[in-house]
Amino acid sequence: MGDNDYILEMREITKEFPGVKALSDVTLSVRRGEVHAICGENGAGKSTLMNVLSGVYPHGSYDGTIVLNGKDCDFRSIRDSEARGVVIIHQELALIPYLSIAENIFLGNERSAAGIIDWNLAMRDASELLARVGLTDSPQVKAMDIGVGKQQLVEIAKALSKKVDLLILDEPTAALNDEDSAHLLALIAQFRDNGITCIIISHKLNEISAIADRVTIIRDGATIETLDLHGDEPVTEDRIIRSMVGRSMDSRFPDHTPVIGAEVLRVENWTVHHPIDSERLVVQDANITVHAGEIVGLAGLMGAGRTELAMSVFGRSYGSRISGTVYKDGKPVSMRTVSEAIGHGVAYTTEDRKRYGLNLIQTIRENISASALGKVAHWGIVGTEAEIKVAEKYRGDFRIKSPTVEAVVGKLSGGNQQKVVLSKWVNSDPDVLILDEPTRGIDVGAKYEIYGIINALADLGKAVIVISSELPELIGLCDRTYAMSQGRITGEVARADATQETLMQYMTMGKGAAV
Amino acid sequence: MNAVREYLGRNLRQYGIVAALIVIVVFFQVLTDGRLLYPDNVAALFQQNAYVMILAIGMMMVIIAGHIDLSVGSVVAFTGGLCAIMLTRWDMPWLLACLLTIVIGALVGMWQGFWVAYVGIPAFIVTLAGMLIFRGLTIVLVGTTVAGLPRDFNSISSGSLPNWFGFVGDLDVVTLCVGGIGIVAFAVTQWRSRSSLRKHDLAVEPMPAFVLKIAVTAVIIGVFTYWLSLSSGGTPIVLLIVGFLIIAYSFMLNRSVFGRHIYAVGGNRHAAVLSGVNARRVDFGIFVNMGALAGVAAIVTTARAGAGVATAGNNYELDAIAACFIGGAAVTGGVGKISGAMIGALIMGVLNMGLSIMAVDSAWQQTIKGMVLLAAVAFDMVNKRRTRLG
Repeated sequence: MGDNDYILEMREITKEFPGVKALSDVTLSVRRGEVHAICGENGAGKSTLMNVLSGVYPHGSYDGTIVLNGKDCDFRSIRDSEARGVVIIHQELALIPYLSIAENIFLGNERSAAGIIDWNLAMRDASELLARVGLTDSPQVKAMDIGVGKQQLVEIAKALSKKVDLLILDEPTAALNDEDSAHLLALIAQFRDNGITCIIISHKLNEISAIADRVTIIRDGATIETLDLHGDEPVTEDRIIRSMVGRSMDSRFPDHTPVIGAEVLRVENWTVHHPIDSERLVVQDANITVHAGEIVGLAGLMGAGRTELAMSVFGRSYGSRISGTVYKDGKPVSMRTVSEAIGHGVAYTTEDRKRYGLNLIQTIRENISASALGKVAHWGIVGTEAEIKVAEKYRGDFRIKSPTVEAVVGKLSGGNQQKVVLSKWVNSDPDVLILDEPTRGIDVGAKYEIYGIINALADLGKAVIVISSELPELIGLCDRTYAMSQGRITGEVARADATQETLMQYMTMGKGAAV
Repeated sequence: MNAVREYLGRNLRQYGIVAALIVIVVFFQVLTDGRLLYPDNVAALFQQNAYVMILAIGMMMVIIAGHIDLSVGSVVAFTGGLCAIMLTRWDMPWLLACLLTIVIGALVGMWQGFWVAYVGIPAFIVTLAGMLIFRGLTIVLVGTTVAGLPRDFNSISSGSLPNWFGFVGDLDVVTLCVGGIGIVAFAVTQWRSRSSLRKHDLAVEPMPAFVLKIAVTAVIIGVFTYWLSLSSGGTPIVLLIVGFLIIAYSFMLNRSVFGRHIYAVGGNRHAAVLSGVNARRVDFGIFVNMGALAGVAAIVTTARAGAGVATAGNNYELDAIAACFIGGAAVTGGVGKISGAMIGALIMGVLNMGLSIMAVDSAWQQTIKGMVLLAAVAFDMVNKRRTRLG
């Protein structure tokens, strides 16, 4: 293996979305036959880069060149990239649950002659492929009848069926248990020995140390560096973390002196299982506390279980086999439904406001009153004037940019939509606000305004929990921050001690290291 | 002028169907040599189509919530058959029989609502089953026909308000009074809601548009009233029933917590549930309501036929669904108004009547109505794609 025999070179890749530069001048060189890891925070641009490579974003929608096996690439679709031996396995598995393993493997690539499928051939080939990934199940078993670990292996078998040169795995072990993860990693090592090059995106630094030959770190849409894990200088996990964070603290934060009061919400021994795969732990023995007037952060990488923790507490909106106790003002309370949670003064604003937060085809007024319609209604009849007054109050207070409250929410900008979501929940008059990614997809000016609103809410004596993927935001805003990794609370950091490096260390902590 | 144009632009869909209704009326008025709008025909238009309008009110709410109800035709036959049996075999007073018919309809709605809301079976399946179940039960109970209904009961559909105040020339004074009350009530409520909006510095229609709206509505009601008072009966009783339901349900959808929850669940179910809306109770409620309205429609249908008929209500569900979609309901839920459903029902009714007067074969009538439905929804889709939300 020559050191300069590159199977893939991506040069000066720049990709812009309306208003956002997702990638700027990213360079990535992958040697033939290596396992190349890509690391970065949530939103650093890893997935965008892989989508550019695999043709999800067609040639022409980005700037820069991609050279594969010495030839330029102009992929217009995933089909084009697969024809050249590039196969991507996404984090969200794309198997069809009601089809058999064999049908899934050859979907879109059927073993057929003149449109008629040769099932005997398909079964034989499928069995061979399954053997290569170490599965002994019959190819006739339905995809939904095997566990997530095996489904991941079927995805890989599907990739192998396409004559793959370069296999890209996006967070392949995120949903797997330790045993399945170990098997998968061993398989990747075996592919390397057979000459298949792998790109693996992962948050789990111990896995990267174990399997990768080189690692490229991406931050804020730019390549930071590529480290050789077999080089003269040993590369520690700390070294990778330092490179991953280091995001400059350039966001401004309004000054704020907290006045912290009594404990408002305490969650004890909170354990949640996956809603469908009820064997899988999503949150494990989590303990968190929030006080009046306090802003508490919840840090974690994708799949750490932050949103799942929050939503399961908020009226059991997520998960199965939930156990643990919630204390409100020191007393254990039942919050089995959203109405009960609202009744106990808890509010939750979602990270995905378009899907779970807003009714986009209704007006600002109708959205703001939605969680507390009872407050403006008598005998089941909504008082128009009372409702308008409430909506107008928030339009003024939170500076929602719209001439009237009768504007349809779907036409507002992200920042203004987020202000509508906040209005809606502040209007329910909660004691505890759980804000999930409150500034996602919002421009800098609107972010600053949202920070101001959060501080003002804390000054009113509300307990605020902020879930965020942006570490500077947590450090700049929160009085105290919990870090989560793989479903566990792995650390608790006071404002004075909070640095991006400390938080990231806790956030990338493997299992068994939980406090 | 700009403000007026912007206002019109925002309400394009609403004006679009009104315009379509007018075009269709004018079209048939010409083709039938003016027979379409004979006073007696106008009265008959409402008597013939009252059932669609009543059902479309309930159906609109079902569709806004993101469901569908295929069983209403069978439920009309079932409750109507029971109504006829109560009147003839059990000699029940007709008012009590009517009340019980509505209650039975609501019970049927509870049955369907239970499966949809609490078991989670798609409404399409539940009401398809209901369509078969209730048609079957009707045939078991009614046989073919239960005839001999009391005259008081029959006059619900065929009768008109009595001519208490005599005539002015050829004009029925009672009808003129009803029309006059209608105009004044409309103008007063519009004015009150406008000044309440102004008080809060909220956007109101520009004054010229507002005056124009009142004036146009007053003229329409006025002409309509004048015309109706020339008819041989005056004001049909069903027109009052339908009118009452339209006003009551429009208020309910716009102003009640329940109505608001219907839009919320239909527009974004996840967001509604995460806002503490009990989506299951909403689903249950709209089906109970649909059942009760099917009971009302059954009374009107049975009274019109003068008998309980096992085959009554055939295809009524399709008429009601078509009226809703022509009237601007969205296939994905969350959108729709009672007024839209009523105009949709009128479009279907005028098509029926115009084509019948022209003696068009009923096979062609169906074909034409199908094309109109398709065109209306296609227009909606294209329009939506052009003004897609960001």
